[in-house]
Amino acid sequence: MIELLQFDFMRRALIAALLVGLVAPAIGTFMVQRRLALLGDGIGHVALTGVALGFLTGTAPVLTAVLVSVLGAVAIELVRARGRTSGDVALALLFYGGIAGGVLLISLAPGGSNATLTSYLFGSISSVPVEDVWVIGLLAAAVLGVLVVFGRELYVLSQDEEVARASGLPVRFLSLLIAVTAALTVVIAMRVVGLLLVSALMVVPVATSQQLTRGFTSTMLLSMLFGMISTVGGLTSSFYVEVPPGAVIVIVALTGFVLALGLGRFIRRSRPQESTP
Amino acid sequence: MTSSKTVFTMSGGRVNLDRRPVLRGIDLSVEPGEAVAVLGANGSGKSTLIRALLGLIPLSGGETLLYDRPPARFREWWRIGYVPQRLSVGGGVPTTIREIVASGRIARQRRLRPTSAADREATGRALAAVGLAHRASDPVQALSGGQQQRVLIARALAGEPDTFVMDEPTAGVDSESQKLLAETLSVLVEQGKTVLLVAHELGPLEPLITRAVVLRDGYVCHDGPPPHAVGTHALPGHDHVHPHAEEEPVSPLDWRPIS
Ligand SMILES: Nc1ncnc2c1ncn2[C@@H]1O[C@H](COP(=O)(O)OP(=O)(O)OP(=O)(O)O)[C@@H](O)[C@H]1O
Ligand SMILES: [Mg+2]
Repeated sequence: MIELLQFDFMRRALIAALLVGLVAPAIGTFMVQRRLALLGDGIGHVALTGVALGFLTGTAPVLTAVLVSVLGAVAIELVRARGRTSGDVALALLFYGGIAGGVLLISLAPGGSNATLTSYLFGSISSVPVEDVWVIGLLAAAVLGVLVVFGRELYVLSQDEEVARASGLPVRFLSLLIAVTAALTVVIAMRVVGLLLVSALMVVPVATSQQLTRGFTSTMLLSMLFGMISTVGGLTSSFYVEVPPGAVIVIVALTGFVLALGLGRFIRRSRPQESTP
Repeated sequence: MTSSKTVFTMSGGRVNLDRRPVLRGIDLSVEPGEAVAVLGANGSGKSTLIRALLGLIPLSGGETLLYDRPPARFREWWRIGYVPQRLSVGGGVPTTIREIVASGRIARQRRLRPTSAADREATGRALAAVGLAHRASDPVQALSGGQQQRVLIARALAGEPDTFVMDEPTAGVDSESQKLLAETLSVLVEQGKTVLLVAHELGPLEPLITRAVVLRDGYVCHDGPPPHAVGTHALPGHDHVHPHAEEEPVSPLDWRPIS
């Protein structure tokens, strides 16, 4: 582990991995609770258009990705809130539009090709430039800030939207907040695991910690721990064995899930049966 | 602590759902300290009425006031404790009973202000009032349907509101717990709290109800003293179907979990 820290690129990669492992499962807990586990995937597709737009306009792709994925997330949330049956079809259209838009725009960009997009689709954590680490740090702070300030309200909202409204909570604002926070998280995670695997970091650690916990807060905290173990563990092993870090991170997370599944069974079986009144 | 303001005032209230009229002109007002039961057959619009009174669904005609204000401009939401009609509580992530009940304090809490001792005490009292204090740190998903219903009641109790709005709080709840709820509610009514609840069988709640509103096809067809002698079965529009029994009719004594 120590020799890893001698390399500049590895230090940057480790910081990015830690931040992503911390933030993605935290917001993911609310998305799983609201049964929006695939929202991250949707935003990921849309973010691809943002990346391509960055190359086309000569702007930093991270910034255009933030812009476009936030817009996409807001659009998805507005469609969802309408609550019509055509909602998931509309979402699907948005996803396809995101990929097609990305491929189209990148081909228009000078010297751009689908190969340019590959590092965003599958992640390229070992080539994260310093300024991207700063952007990732700021976004991660913003996401954690949102959770600290609005966590209690987001909990009520994700339990029952109607009760949230009858408690005087700003339901529309909070729903948009979850969507925008998810979009920011997707962009943070894009460099680490790639847009196609972003959702895995938002969902798998939550699914893992669910096997072992009984409460919402404990599930969220434990999933953040599992998230960091997966990203740092995956990154470290990819340093020693020549494999793409994004894929290893997700495999580590999934292995954790399988282990927790067995452990959870065992814990529940050995726990004394509660008496019901 | 109770004000002289009328709690709910609906005049000519109309609601369409999917372009179908569900409420067709409701006039209803509830004064502080009243204990009103809304009765009626399945699909008669009881839940819709309660949602419209709280401003959770828009009216397509008429108007409704919450403490003399249109719901959109109402600000004192801590005065309302709402128990929705739900088949199950929770969602994709486990959550403890205490977490759910404590979240009933939300309208009294401020952003960035940590949970206070008063919050914790109110949560503890609410858990005790529904007889679930000993299971407070169990996941709510592990409870039976009737127990989950009691968690929702406790969440409303924890907020210490002036007005309780409960949609079938006794559905699927055993008679012992119904008695416990009736005791809790009668103490609250004595303190001057307002109760508006939907029920199919009043059961142990009957003595504390001061007024019954019976809905039929989107109209109010009875508004007055509760039908003590006749019982709800004799009311017009009551179709003798238990709210959540799908296959066979279930007697009120033969309790089993919903969902
Ligand atoms: N979201 C909805 N969209 C369309 N129609 C609806 C919706 N919700 C309810 N309805 C219709 O409105 C009518 C009244 O429903 P409501 O839920 O108010 O009945 P209820 O009196 O509460 O019945 P129950 O005793 O089963 O709870 C029903 O006929 C129902 O089909
Ligand atoms: Mg109903």
